[in-house]
Amino acid sequence: MTARSATAVLARTEARLFLREPGTLLLALLLPTVLLVGLGAVPALREPSPAFGGQAFLSGYTPSLLGWSLAFLALQTMPANLVAYREKGILRRLAITPVRPAVVLQVQLLLNVVTAAIAMVLVVVVAVGVFGSAPPRHPLAFAAAFVIGSASMFALGLLIAALAPRAKAAAALGTLGLLVTQFFGGLYLPRFLLPEVIVRIGEFVPPGIGAFQSAWTGDGATPVQLTVLSAVAVVATVAAVRYFRWE
Amino acid sequence: MSVIEVRHLRKAYGGHVVVDDVSFDVGEGEIVGILGPNGTGKTTTVECIEGLRSPDGGSISVLGLDPQRDRAALRRVLGVQLQAGELPERLRVREAVELFAAFYEDPADPAELIDRWGLGPKRDAFYRDLSGGQRQRLSIVLALVGRPRVAILDELTTGLDPQARRDTWAAIEQIRGEGVSVLLVTHIMEEAERLCDRVAVFSAGRVVAVDSPAGLIAGLAGGQRLRFRPSAPVDEAVLRALPEVDAVRRHGPDLEITGRGELLTAVTTRLARLGVVPTGLRVEQARLDDVVVALTGHEPVEEPA
Repeated sequence: MTARSATAVLARTEARLFLREPGTLLLALLLPTVLLVGLGAVPALREPSPAFGGQAFLSGYTPSLLGWSLAFLALQTMPANLVAYREKGILRRLAITPVRPAVVLQVQLLLNVVTAAIAMVLVVVVAVGVFGSAPPRHPLAFAAAFVIGSASMFALGLLIAALAPRAKAAAALGTLGLLVTQFFGGLYLPRFLLPEVIVRIGEFVPPGIGAFQSAWTGDGATPVQLTVLSAVAVVATVAAVRYFRWE
Repeated sequence: MSVIEVRHLRKAYGGHVVVDDVSFDVGEGEIVGILGPNGTGKTTTVECIEGLRSPDGGSISVLGLDPQRDRAALRRVLGVQLQAGELPERLRVREAVELFAAFYEDPADPAELIDRWGLGPKRDAFYRDLSGGQRQRLSIVLALVGRPRVAILDELTTGLDPQARRDTWAAIEQIRGEGVSVLLVTHIMEEAERLCDRVAVFSAGRVVAVDSPAGLIAGLAGGQRLRFRPSAPVDEAVLRALPEVDAVRRHGPDLEITGRGELLTAVTTRLARLGVVPTGLRVEQARLDDVVVALTGHEPVEEPA
């Protein structure tokens, strides 16, 4: 068989395994939308109010929901899988077949990025379709924010997979990353309520919720943020490649 | 023609030499065992052959391929069963075999292989629900699904119950019948005696002997023991003069002779010429573990069955 069909079968197998973890799927894919629906059900949160910086709570908070799936999949799910594969000797087992173990890494990356994209689309569709938010004003900038935001997050995830010697360490690092990025992303306390300095720092913390927000409701262009996040992606990837161990 | 050729292999980890000047061959269609106590460089040697580790010295050829230089080509013709290693918990048996089959150009039929290795009733079971023996068999199936010309099996039957062990041996003999050459790492003597055409005995990173199991046993000093009651008095010096005889001892009316090679033939022939009949003759053979103990100075570690 050709290398392509080997990769296809591997991707199908990994996708099956992915779907067999309903807990992960629920947390990664549906949680942000469930939160959105829950908050959106409260009428007061849909009304513009001076308490929320003159806008509706919902429209100021929704962009923060976009970071959750990305962070969960990039920092927790993917590194946990890769480290478990290394721990169980699966990467090593693949190293003695004609398929390079790097293919597993690519497949994992693809699977998680696609899931994160679906989760995000779900949030946007529900926000626009159910709660009447305006669709992203700058779709291209929104796409750029997704591409660069995912690249920075998944690069950090790969770095965790490279540095964590055991699954437990990977889980700990992933949780820490999740907590920190979501704090700066405004998931716990909405960004319009965070101190200015935290918001400023948060502009440059992956996945760059500020860039998503700006593309959705603002003027779209956030070249400085996206450049910094790209740099994070590159540096983390280089470090991950440098330190990654197959066994 | 040699399928695997190892010459003067050397491997050290941080100044500590684990494999030192190891040489041996595996011929076409042959089953060769690597035998020896734990920590004597067996697995390191095998990992060098698989291309997972790069040797510090010496050369390795597998079907004319260099495991380091020709990795890609090697992986298409080599089937490996690793000593340790698991699969994802929620991967089904059938999915695992089909996945690995997709890695090779001309794989065996996954369903047929699953049945042949007795995993048919478990084809849809998750990996996490398999017993140790079933996991072991699955790992052998994965090593064979690419129809390798050479198979390296590390601790093939460790963790199997005696019946599963015998079934596995029968299946390995079947693979050999299909022309696959096998390198078998084991510390189970019965397995080596039953399966191996030749055995390389490892001790402290070196190969201390390569021979057939029977040859190794025959060559062991005092490896054979005869005990009988001579029908007439015999001059012990006459027997001691035989090259096969190592020692002669008297136990009351009985003689006990230890030696090697064709000891039985040599002694009975000599007695016949003397007109002496050995009555109540008993022959005791050393076993392969006696040889390994003698060669390595270690008791073989037999795992609890």
